[in-house]
Amino acid sequence: MSKFLNLYLPAAGGTALILGSAYGLSTRGYQDDTVAALQTQLEQKEVVVADASAQAAALDAQVAEMMAANEELLARAAAGGGLTDPAPVTEVAYGLGRPALDEEIAAWDVDVLPDGRGLPVGSGDVWTGEELFVDNCAACHGDFAEGVGNWPVLAGGFDTLADEDPVKTVGSYWPYLSTVWDYTHRSMPFGNAGTLSDDDTYAIVAYILYSNNLVDDDFTLSNENFLDVEMYNADGFVVDDRDVLEYAQWRAEPCMENCKDSVEITMRASVVDVTPEDDMAEEASAAHSMSDDTAPAEESAEAENVQASADPALIEAGQGVFRQCSSCHQIGENARNGAGPQLNGILGRTIGGVDGFRYSTVMADAGAAGEVWEAENLTAFLMDPRGVMNGTKMAFRGLRSEEDAAALLAYLQSMGAE
Amino acid sequence: MDDSLKPSRRAFLRGSAAVAAGTVAGGAAAQGAPDPLITELQDWASFTGVGVDETPYGLPIQFERDVVRRNVPWLTASPISSINFTPIHALDGTITPQGCAFERHHSGAIELSKADYRLMINGLVDRPLVFTYEDLERFPRENHVYFCECAANTGMEWAGSQLNGAQFTHGMIHNMEYTGIPLRTLLQEAGADMSADKWVYVEGADASSNGRSIPMEKALDDVLVAFKANGEALRMEHGYPVRLVVPGWEGNMWVKWLRRIEITDMAVESREETSKYTDVYEDGVARKWTWVMDAKSVITSPSPQMPITHGTGPLVISGLAWSGHGKITRVDVSTDGGISWQTARLGKQGDSKALTRFYLDTEWDGSPMLLQSRAMDETGYVQPTKDQLREVRGENGVYHNNCIQTWFVNEEGIAENVEVS
Repeated sequence: MSKFLNLYLPAAGGTALILGSAYGLSTRGYQDDTVAALQTQLEQKEVVVADASAQAAALDAQVAEMMAANEELLARAAAGGGLTDPAPVTEVAYGLGRPALDEEIAAWDVDVLPDGRGLPVGSGDVWTGEELFVDNCAACHGDFAEGVGNWPVLAGGFDTLADEDPVKTVGSYWPYLSTVWDYTHRSMPFGNAGTLSDDDTYAIVAYILYSNNLVDDDFTLSNENFLDVEMYNADGFVVDDRDVLEYAQWRAEPCMENCKDSVEITMRASVVDVTPEDDMAEEASAAHSMSDDTAPAEESAEAENVQASADPALIEAGQGVFRQCSSCHQIGENARNGAGPQLNGILGRTIGGVDGFRYSTVMADAGAAGEVWEAENLTAFLMDPRGVMNGTKMAFRGLRSEEDAAALLAYLQSMGAE
Repeated sequence: MDDSLKPSRRAFLRGSAAVAAGTVAGGAAAQGAPDPLITELQDWASFTGVGVDETPYGLPIQFERDVVRRNVPWLTASPISSINFTPIHALDGTITPQGCAFERHHSGAIELSKADYRLMINGLVDRPLVFTYEDLERFPRENHVYFCECAANTGMEWAGSQLNGAQFTHGMIHNMEYTGIPLRTLLQEAGADMSADKWVYVEGADASSNGRSIPMEKALDDVLVAFKANGEALRMEHGYPVRLVVPGWEGNMWVKWLRRIEITDMAVESREETSKYTDVYEDGVARKWTWVMDAKSVITSPSPQMPITHGTGPLVISGLAWSGHGKITRVDVSTDGGISWQTARLGKQGDSKALTRFYLDTEWDGSPMLLQSRAMDETGYVQPTKDQLREVRGENGVYHNNCIQTWFVNEEGIAENVEVS
């Protein structure tokens, strides 16, 4: 920084150095205005060197004072453990923010307490719940709440909590019904949260209770009988007692020498062999040792050809749209079936045609009749899944616009063949 | 050039021949023929490098591109609701760079702009309020370094050694310098009922909402409403623009994309504090409200992803220690599986509820080692063995496994995750 000023005052070496140091300090936030003014004067060569020198000296003194104060603050902060002094504690409000409106609180404050406070008026029965469950939940949780793949099991598991691998379901583990209602209403279905009506939520919760044998098939759950439902594991929890059972024993000077007679290896991770391979390191290593890019050249040329005709911006937009799909569907290299089938080569693929995926009847039938996914029918389906394929297991309300559909199709196509 | 990239774990597991050859070659250059890296003019010493602005926001150099977060796909049903792991084996010091700090989402990471951000505080308050992001920047703020550890860190190791790498066994942790407002300041602003039997329920703006109940005593103590980490804005995956920081307590409570704070007269008993983040023990009874992360440590190098490649002689054994109860006061290291212990040298000491780095500067004679580390915190608590934990809790649990970890290092310097008697 000081070199900058020296350019303007090559003759007044000593003074320039003093000014330079003042300027350097000023960039840390001290006396900006004064220094800016000084600079202007210098540029116009109207500066009286003696005056400037005096001002700079004054600046230096001020800066030294501030630095000393700052050091004291830092020392205090270090003593307190934080990097700053504690924020001031005042009794008076700062007056920031604005009052929350009743409608706003009603929209966001939807939690339900264990004693039922927060529940809206409403009701739903087991049979309605079953239909809703198959439509909205079964893709991940199974028709009978038994769980698909790695997704949560919601039913059964009674008397397994003391086993090595406890099955923690709504029936076997959850202590409060309020939690089931609140979570279903607020955070489910996965990928489409917050879309269930109050009555739909009561019905689905009634069905989950039924699938856990906690109520009969003619049961209707409502805000009025909500607290009458007895949860199986209501008394299964104790509040953290580590202080008694653990801390009391484990706060002692540890052994340093001859702590045991011998040591044997009793278990090895390499035998289990479930650690993911380090592909990144391999790739980095390969790329690094390669003298030039001869090997991947063919591949990238091929990739360019595939995408040459597509609009990159559209594909990118489609990738954004695909996020709505990605909780259930995979596409690309190594794509597997999840809650929904993998989508490689979806355009031109027989409807309901992925091996190993359990399709709804309507999908399977369409495939059996020889129907194939093409731009037109896929767009229609994605805009209104249940309207077009009544009975599909896909729990998605539909894309918002034709533009989204066009972008999504471009993206699906860009991800290439199977 | 090859020396600048650490050999992969797989390369080591394949056999040590190539590695040994590499080590010898490196040594030979120095002992015999002159090293061409020194005697020959290198491109980088002759041509010019890249100019400024090449990468307006810089990323690590290509040779470090294997130092990344990694996932264990079989753990969860979908990456949308999943976790990955900080590459703690490859880092040093204590601060975790945001770009490789582990992520845990329940409904995916969301893009929420500062302009669209709202924070509501309601419930048992005199003045229910709504804040914008700008409002939050006008409250007095503090800076603190804290670790954030997922309660499930090391959770896959209850029944035995399973994952081969400190990243996978202990990588659900990061340690950052946060800038934020004390939660108590916001409670005061709204005129909240701050009596000791009240609770502060916090939830996020994402689809999972991830609601958690925090007892008032903790809320008034050291909880921060944070908007910066390591000096820059939070990353999307860590809750941009605003997250909660709950020092020393399990990561699930550090609600991301914080949108609402409600004062209640009881715990909400949300999904995340009943069906999840509760600890089932041997008799089937579960502990709840197990918030604090007890003292824990792990040797990050040598470790399965960080084998010894330099042969015998001076060896730096390095690791991390932390405690949700306060400061780390001592770390002991054993090279013989816990028969004898030496006290390690602590890095910067004194941060409460933050990672502490430790080093044991030693000589390796090439014989096999069973490496362990054992942390102690300011309450006098000593990190337990896996057997001590199992005796109290059994093996049915998932969370709060803070056992002493063992790495077996063989004569070739290759390390493996093992369990010992």
